[in-house]
Amino acid sequence: MVDKEIRDKYTIVVGLEVHAQLLTNSKIFATDSTQYGEAPNTNISAITLGHPGTLPKLNKKVVVYAIKMGLACGCEISRYNIFDRKNYFYPDLPKGYQITQDKTPICLGGGIPIKLGNGVRKTIKLNRIHLEEDAGKSMHLEGQTETLVDFNRAGVPLVEIVTEPDIRSSEEAYAVLTEIRKLVKYLEICDGNMEEGSLRCDANVSVMRKGAQEYGKKVEVKNMNSFRNVQRAIDHEAERQILLLEKGHAILSETRTFDADTGTTAAIRTKEELNDYRYFPEPDLCPFVVSDQWLEEISAAMPSLPQELYQKFVERYELPEYDAEVLTDTKEIAAYFEAICLQTQHYKSASNWIMGPVKSFLNESGITMDQFPISPDRLAELIDLVAADKVSFAIASQKVFPYLLQHPQMPAAQAIEKLNLKQDSNTDNIKPLIAEVLADFPQKVQEYRQGKKGLLGMFMGEVMKRSKGKANPKIANELLRKELS
Amino acid sequence: MDLRSFSAIHEHVKNGRISCKEIVDHYLSIIEQKSHLNVFLEVYEGEAKARAEEIDQKIQQGKAGRLAGMVLGLKDVLCYKGHHVQAGSKILDNFQSQFTGTAVQRLLDEDAIIIGRQNCDEFAMGSSTENSAFGPTRNDANPEHVPGGSSGGSAVSVQAGMCTAAIGSDTGGSVRQPAAFCGVVGLKPTYSRVSRYGLIAYASSFDIIGPFTNNMEDSALLLEVMAGADDFDSTVSHQEVPRYTQSLQFNGKVRVAYLKETLESEGLHPEVKSKTLETLQFLQQEGHTVEAVDFPLLRYVLPTYYLLTMAEASSNLSRYDGVKYGYRSFQTANMESMYKKTRTEGFGEEVKRRIMLGTFVLSASYYDAYYTKAQKVRKLLADATRKILKEYDFIVLPTTPTPAFKLGEHSNPLEMYLADLFTVQASIAGVPAISIPNGTDVHGLPIGLQVITDLFQEDKLFGFSQYLLENK
Repeated sequence: MVDKEIRDKYTIVVGLEVHAQLLTNSKIFATDSTQYGEAPNTNISAITLGHPGTLPKLNKKVVVYAIKMGLACGCEISRYNIFDRKNYFYPDLPKGYQITQDKTPICLGGGIPIKLGNGVRKTIKLNRIHLEEDAGKSMHLEGQTETLVDFNRAGVPLVEIVTEPDIRSSEEAYAVLTEIRKLVKYLEICDGNMEEGSLRCDANVSVMRKGAQEYGKKVEVKNMNSFRNVQRAIDHEAERQILLLEKGHAILSETRTFDADTGTTAAIRTKEELNDYRYFPEPDLCPFVVSDQWLEEISAAMPSLPQELYQKFVERYELPEYDAEVLTDTKEIAAYFEAICLQTQHYKSASNWIMGPVKSFLNESGITMDQFPISPDRLAELIDLVAADKVSFAIASQKVFPYLLQHPQMPAAQAIEKLNLKQDSNTDNIKPLIAEVLADFPQKVQEYRQGKKGLLGMFMGEVMKRSKGKANPKIANELLRKELS
Repeated sequence: MDLRSFSAIHEHVKNGRISCKEIVDHYLSIIEQKSHLNVFLEVYEGEAKARAEEIDQKIQQGKAGRLAGMVLGLKDVLCYKGHHVQAGSKILDNFQSQFTGTAVQRLLDEDAIIIGRQNCDEFAMGSSTENSAFGPTRNDANPEHVPGGSSGGSAVSVQAGMCTAAIGSDTGGSVRQPAAFCGVVGLKPTYSRVSRYGLIAYASSFDIIGPFTNNMEDSALLLEVMAGADDFDSTVSHQEVPRYTQSLQFNGKVRVAYLKETLESEGLHPEVKSKTLETLQFLQQEGHTVEAVDFPLLRYVLPTYYLLTMAEASSNLSRYDGVKYGYRSFQTANMESMYKKTRTEGFGEEVKRRIMLGTFVLSASYYDAYYTKAQKVRKLLADATRKILKEYDFIVLPTTPTPAFKLGEHSNPLEMYLADLFTVQASIAGVPAISIPNGTDVHGLPIGLQVITDLFQEDKLFGFSQYLLENK
């Protein structure tokens, strides 16, 4: 471990390259399915395998998805696009080249706003987002000398999101990845699953002395399969570089791989061994043009984005920032909240309901918002009934809510009737209960009147118990104080 | 009955005076007779006979397609489902195509019969059909001489009457040059006029499928069937396909340019020159405008063409690595040696030369000096050519500097590349060009005449070429 003192002499500089597999049904240049987890070499065709005589054919949907991501990140959308070939040999690369965009990435510039733990906000600038095809997968089986190749993944569409070297800590990198995942899921262009490899991240890491004008030599770190591991890899790599510099050694520009078991990185190739990819324009595909009309259509079909919803929740629904943050975490939760707000004015209550009972239920049952059985309208009814003192929040959340989960078709008011839980605000009904309680505990009444005000809770508990929880607690409380004074 | 052209037998086939079966049998006997020419890599004897019988039935039922009675050979770069295809290369040993290319499918849909696949230079790289893993093809006019290339087998098959017509591919002259050497009609359509889906790529931005025929009608008919938009090739033109078969009449006077540099070219054979001049004189006498045009850029044509095609080829041929199909060296110890040995053993000399030069051209340190520069020069050459074709209806020039040379005569690759000197201009510009027979030299070796016209003007090209064939 490096001393904090030494570490503080350096600035960590990180740029990320994030690959996101697009959720199209078919591949970027062929009609084969992109379904994950099929038996090896079943989602393939002559085109995917690069058989002689085959040609790529662009799946237009892929372009739409990339443009959506670009619009969400405030990028400039390239109107005239060409594909390029990136040439290298590897068994999982069927054609001996990858079709990608080198000179004309579909999206240029833009940025990803992030918020750090200390509340600091920052925007990480993007260099570009470009389209490309995925390669197959080499499988080195334990104890076998042969390597097998599965081409199901070959030709699956990817966007590569490349940030500028604007990231200054592993925490920032984590935040950028979280935002990117949130965005692609909101846009429904990628499922954001790092374990299945539908979201992958390489990090370019360098360090420089604080105040230095030039970046240090950068090292590319690969093979991190979770956000947490990206963070660990950056921390380790920065520390490794600082230690080297402190010892007076130079940093090698190289590619290193992260080992999650040891938390360390190891060199896989040096810059001298780097491929010359011999990029040149792909002659088998026509350039494609993004027309004004097409761009407008895509723009018009954009869903609300987390940032916009956050603003709206804070401003229109007057939610605390924390609530807005939680509710915009996924598109489904935000949509559920908004749907409730169409039916009730009690926005903060709606927020409390979602952050409380609803989320607990989702967590306990391991389901997601879209599988939640109670409709927003139904929950809005319940919220209104609580607000109208027809039922207490405690009863509503502990008794009515579980009942509604079992009977999602039943109107909330009817459920309350059925359970006989309607709140009783009638003083004529509550007063005799209070009298009963006071008569049963004369000793306590005396103690209360002598100043032991803490006993109020005990009296309230008794009254509520005797009303079977139905007494309006506010009214009961008022009456009780009056009787005791 | 003359079975050397479809237009001659079409009526007889329709009327049942000759059956497809009889036609196929006839061709099979010629193929057998002339097997020493090494034209066919595979003859689909049983299959062709069976298909002939099917089509004969269709004819009787009045349901036959436009090409019923047409028997075709395919250059070994065209994919035909369930059939071997290997671009004249060992590296595709035992490879069978899993699909039929668009152009071939369109021919089949009109009831053409495919009789076999034909020898060619490996991956269409060559001008003599000597660069084939299956040995050279010989010219039927004189078997000591080459048939030209790369589509040599296809040219000879039509020259020797082994099939009605043949389908080849032209990247820098691979249809026109062998057509000239063999005395048949060879068409290179406008780039993008015919889908490349199912054509094994040499240089994608130049490659185009074209027919070999014994006359103009057949050429027009085959292009009419093959051409047009295709869902599997995004680079193919969506321009409507004219009825080329209705474009064979020619009237009026046209403006013809000839390029001074071609006729003054150093290596131009005197008899080729005199035959070309005769044609120009004929045209002048007939009242057409015939003018010499300067084309000083001619000397940039070959370097530009070779730089760009080699660059594209180096990438297009990367897929042949022994991993997925075709030949794999057994002498491999690890991944790198699998690549090296497979490709070293699987590819021939000329292919390896072009892959290496192309790799060099695209390498980071030389990319701008070679590839980028060559792209710019290509633009200049295309613009200059199109400019001439705005002022003139046609450019007329020899197809090749010489008649067919002898086997083994050009051992130096640069000498061999010069055989393409007059054909690559149209390939660089993407414009259509045709080679038609223009007599023979004193030894009886055919001489070709090339006519070039502007983009998508094949109809004009057919009419004018037909006029030249009929009147000379």
